[in-house]
Amino acid sequence: MTDQVVARAPLVEMRNVSKHFGGVNALQDVSLEVFAGEVTCVLGDNGAGKSTLIKILSGVFPPDDGELVMGGTPVHFANPRVARSYGIATVFQDLATVPLMSLWRNFFLGNEPTKGQGPLRRMDIVRAKLVMREEMAKMGISVRDPEQVVGTLSGGERQAVAIARAVYFGAKVLILDEPTSALGVRQSGIVLKYILQARELGKGVIFITHNPHHAYPVGDRFVLLQRGSLLGSYPKAETTVEHLTEMMAGGAELKELSHELEAMKDIPGVAQVALELAAEADEASLTDKEHSQ
Amino acid sequence: MSITAGVSEASPPPARDDRSVKTSRFTRALRRPEFGALMGAVAVFLIFTFLDATPNHLWLTQTGIESWAQQSAFFGIMSVPVGLLMIGGEFDLSTGVMTGATAIVMALLIAKLHWNAWAAIAGTLVFATIVGLVNGLLVVRTKLPSFIVTLATFFALRGASIGYVLRVNQGSTAIDLINPHYAGLGSAKDIFGSSFGSSAALPGGYQTALLWFIGVTILGTWILTRTTFGNWIFAAGGDAVAARNVGVPVNRTKILLFLGTAWSAALVGIISLTQSSSALSEQGVGYEFYYIIAAVVGGCLLSGGYGSALGPALGACIIGMAFEGVIYANLDSSWDFTFLGIVLFIAVVVNRLFYQRALKARR
Repeated sequence: MTDQVVARAPLVEMRNVSKHFGGVNALQDVSLEVFAGEVTCVLGDNGAGKSTLIKILSGVFPPDDGELVMGGTPVHFANPRVARSYGIATVFQDLATVPLMSLWRNFFLGNEPTKGQGPLRRMDIVRAKLVMREEMAKMGISVRDPEQVVGTLSGGERQAVAIARAVYFGAKVLILDEPTSALGVRQSGIVLKYILQARELGKGVIFITHNPHHAYPVGDRFVLLQRGSLLGSYPKAETTVEHLTEMMAGGAELKELSHELEAMKDIPGVAQVALELAAEADEASLTDKEHSQ
Repeated sequence: MSITAGVSEASPPPARDDRSVKTSRFTRALRRPEFGALMGAVAVFLIFTFLDATPNHLWLTQTGIESWAQQSAFFGIMSVPVGLLMIGGEFDLSTGVMTGATAIVMALLIAKLHWNAWAAIAGTLVFATIVGLVNGLLVVRTKLPSFIVTLATFFALRGASIGYVLRVNQGSTAIDLINPHYAGLGSAKDIFGSSFGSSAALPGGYQTALLWFIGVTILGTWILTRTTFGNWIFAAGGDAVAARNVGVPVNRTKILLFLGTAWSAALVGIISLTQSSSALSEQGVGYEFYYIIAAVVGGCLLSGGYGSALGPALGACIIGMAFEGVIYANLDSSWDFTFLGIVLFIAVVVNRLFYQRALKARR
């Protein structure tokens, strides 16, 4: 680590955080620092603990061990609302906007500006449209029609609406949960651009992904998770996209495993066990997907 | 980069083009959820103008208008909140039986317990509040489809209203307010069950119910398009998970919508009792489908998240005109149902076309 990084205080910090579900260590002794104006990429395959990490950071559940630190003092998030009040906003992939609603309605959903009193209290629609335009412009998007239905936007633009909204409502830390995983190459590029835009606005961005090719161009630091444990943590200068890919794929480990299976091929029952293992792995990845939603 | 017309990548906003603004206003009118229902209402009105078999072409006179307007009012007071509930992603099948059950509750409170009519109205609203809360809480707590939950409350209420009335009413299912001197009934009738605007052409005038229908439609439109709660209705039906993620109280929104249908049913019950001075056990049973048809014909999406309050009001007008129109056309009124079935099907097909166009309009 360079001296410069050490001298600055992180926006949010996870210190030796662990989380168990029954006998499973979903997260084991993981530490993480997020700085303002930096993109921290959390990389890992399905079941690596990315979802658990997001949920601890966004206040869905507390860690069993370790602590969360903001601005030097430990914090406890009793629920997601508390995390939000601390300025931690989570943008869930595909679950961030309502497709049938217009841009301005989506932008202010849950935080509608109002005017008037008593029974005449109503949404300040003119102001809502104006602010939405301004905030989208900050993300580099010019909105022509605030009444446009969000469902007609591309996947990348929908993410941008959610990001711009989180930024406007005071987010200091933005957690983006697999924002590119359902998108094509071009749309992913658009989202990556907005991630950089959020960084330029001084936000601490946590970019969760399993794609090193998306992470590397925009990331400032890279945190690799594997089966709930920290596999490594690197500033950009100390790693390459090839290195990240290799680390994630766990090349050596996979090779070892396949050799072992090869050797046991003749032992009766192994085929059955292998099948069961495969099924279990499928299940694990399925529940992982459910959690990340 | 392929960016849609509405949101463009370019940082400087593009200069406005007058022509494109005009086009977009026209497309916007086409995109409105109630557009199809408006066209349908005009079409049905014209069809019965043509089919009118009365000697003096009464369909086009105030008499004709009054006859379908009062029918429509009773459907519309219900179809607007039913439409809002549908936009919020839920159904209420207990609405029909509730219009009768609330009339019975009010009649019983006046005739058997000798309550002042206004106290009876308050009591009726309390009853409706309980039913609405039960519907809403059961739906959000059990997470069962509201279709099933409210079907259960529908049958429970239907049985109870017959059974209870038979027991306390010496074997009769009708409760009549024969004595006109019940306290407060006169003033309650003035507000809910009287008429206005009588003239030489229309001696009886229009029913007060019509004013309530207009009021409910305006209130529904206000709530849906202007208030925070309206925003939550669209979100709750459009994508409940996304709505919860940004802090919308989805369950509270849905419970309030169920209260809305229950209160409106109470309004219909109160109007019909003050108007006719009698309540019947099975009154309103079966009407729940008319309300749903009106909402769907009015452009509310069956799966929630899209629609308006004006649409279901226009849908109610279509049904009202159809019911009265067959009489003016001297046709057998049994064909009402066939007509409704066909209209419902056409409306769903047409609305889906409009709706898909709306989503694609700006591509």
